[in-house]
Amino acid sequence: MKYKSQKVAYWFFALCMLLLVLQLTYGFIMGFARIGMDGLHEFIPFNTARAVHTNLLVVWLLAGFMGAAYYIIPEEAQRELVSVKLAYVQLISLAVVGVIAVVGYHFNHWEGRKFLEIPRELDYLVVVNVLLFLGLILATLFTGKRRTTTALVLTMGLLFAALLYLPGMIWFDSQVTDSFFRWWVVHLWVEGVWELIMGGILAYLLIKLTGVDREVIEKWLYVIVGLTFLSGILGTGHHYYYIGVNKIWLIVGGIFSALEPLAFLAMALFAMYMYRKGEKSHPNKIALFWTIGSSIVSFIGAGLLGFAHTLPQTNIYTHGTLVTAMHGHYAFWGAYAMIVLAIISYAIPNMTGRKRYNNSAGHLAFWLSNIGMLGMTVAFGVAGVAQVYLERKMKLDFMDVQNEISIHFVVLILCATMFTSGILMYIVEFLKYGKPTDEALEA
Amino acid sequence: MLSKSQARTFFLGGTLVTFLAFIGLTVYSFQPKNDQTNIKKLDAKAIKGKAIWEANNCMGCHTLMGEGGYYAPELTKVIERRGEGYVKAVLQSPIPWGPKGRKMVKYEMNDEDTEAMIAFLKWVGEIDLNGFDRVVSPLAKD
Ligand code: HEM
Ligand code: HEM
Ligand SMILES: [Fe+2]
Repeated sequence: MKYKSQKVAYWFFALCMLLLVLQLTYGFIMGFARIGMDGLHEFIPFNTARAVHTNLLVVWLLAGFMGAAYYIIPEEAQRELVSVKLAYVQLISLAVVGVIAVVGYHFNHWEGRKFLEIPRELDYLVVVNVLLFLGLILATLFTGKRRTTTALVLTMGLLFAALLYLPGMIWFDSQVTDSFFRWWVVHLWVEGVWELIMGGILAYLLIKLTGVDREVIEKWLYVIVGLTFLSGILGTGHHYYYIGVNKIWLIVGGIFSALEPLAFLAMALFAMYMYRKGEKSHPNKIALFWTIGSSIVSFIGAGLLGFAHTLPQTNIYTHGTLVTAMHGHYAFWGAYAMIVLAIISYAIPNMTGRKRYNNSAGHLAFWLSNIGMLGMTVAFGVAGVAQVYLERKMKLDFMDVQNEISIHFVVLILCATMFTSGILMYIVEFLKYGKPTDEALEA
Repeated sequence: MLSKSQARTFFLGGTLVTFLAFIGLTVYSFQPKNDQTNIKKLDAKAIKGKAIWEANNCMGCHTLMGEGGYYAPELTKVIERRGEGYVKAVLQSPIPWGPKGRKMVKYEMNDEDTEAMIAFLKWVGEIDLNGFDRVVSPLAKD
């Protein structure tokens, strides 16, 4: 750690860990409800559990991105953060808004718009919070000694993510128009600007971990984010096939979304190539595993599994089935959860001065969570394909099919248990050895 | 070999072109002649239904036009499939609805809200979904 203010990141990462545990708890509630154990129905019905599960996911990932920015930007810009105090204010207000929203979901206080359930009055607080965050980051970057491409791409991703939140706040009378603009937030986040954030963090980590020349890494970073937007913006059309908007999207969405995996492929090749090419090898092997792992798993989860149902001819059968849930889990895990865990694994030893770079608990956490998540993906996938055949080909009743496939949710819960033990090991490591000290400052 | 500034040009250029095309297609989609939703038939009652749909997060369990949770049946053509009486009974049930084991939240909706909800679902049921309803609609028919 070179700058004292980078320590702020620790508390954002701590918030990540807390929200992640809660997210998984609600995942289990849904998993059990699906095998008939719905004893909590009265207090936490499925729609509450679902809203909490997905919203906490988004909030902990955003907290992770913010933590990453507070860690990376001072180092890239070569100066302290403009205000540490305001960064803490921003952290606390983020946590408060998150808690109010999640508590509200237990009292039927929400907006039933998938992934954007936060009620509008809280949306305004989110906006203020994010403006404060962006203000701090931009002020640090533009008063710093240098503006690197890595820092610019990361910041651009965060800035666009904030702007794209706005179309989700408008009220529309028509359900179709509502969905149309909801995807401007949801799709253009995960298949657009969040990839800039991921690319920025990935580039930073590769520069640090492999020692490859910055100019080379940043050149390819431009190519990757270029591919992202080239395919991802018009690729939004893959959500417009069957929701009542014009047929033109069948062609546009089909072609461009089929190109989206290229950006993820490029990211995986980029990471592996830089790793091979790198002359100096950083001793932090655990961070390296998470970093390279993220680039590979995101290609499988987002690229391959996304492609599997993105053509209109397939999507007409899989749209709105558990096939989507399969892809959603592995894509979010590989691209965003793993990159956040990567930057945490890299940053923590630098903030504490403890060189826990290659210990077996850290490796075990990586493998347990990854194998567990792969198993969960397979369980969702098998359930989803069976659902598509029974329900949409054989035309069986929805609930009859659900009862038929419930066995796959037993498998899901077993794999989720393995996944969760990996995550808990990661968190124990974080809690035991993660506390930053000023002695860790490099002279 | 590609230089860094060429790579940047590729990024900025590609983004600008596809972004403009995206805006153009959005404008195209919302021109009245390209509408597939019978937008003129969307009346105050159906709009109220949408507000109730959102206020209760029905989408947290059900899909509508394929969007939502995967816990409960698709509702796009539910009025056509089940009829108004059935849907009314579900919404007004004093115990959690769940003939096949899996429970719905009990809403005990009043008549006014129920009618708004039905108007909303009817409007949705008539949207041209590019053929999706032909795959999905018969699936929950008894
Ligand atoms: C990291 C990147 C990605 C993440 C986090 C992600 C996540 C998700 C999630 C959560 C959904 C469910 C949305 C909903 O129905 O409400 C979804 C749907 C979908 N995704 Fe992705 N995705 C990613 C990348 C991709 C890519 C690259 C493709 C295509 C090649 C793709 C294709 C699709 C399709 C076609 C659907 C619609 C499924 C349906 O009709 O039900 N995704 N994605
Ligand atoms: C303990 C582990 C977990 C379990 C048991 C679990 C279970 C579930 C279940 C049952 C659903 C609802 C599907 C439905 O509507 O029927 C769901 C949704 C979802 N979960 Fe998880 N989950 C877990 C962990 C995760 C993790 C780690 C992530 C992200 C990295 C994640 C991301 C999502 C997303 C994006 C959705 C929405 C999917 C969609 O609508 O297509 N979950 N989860
Ligand atoms: Fe998408």
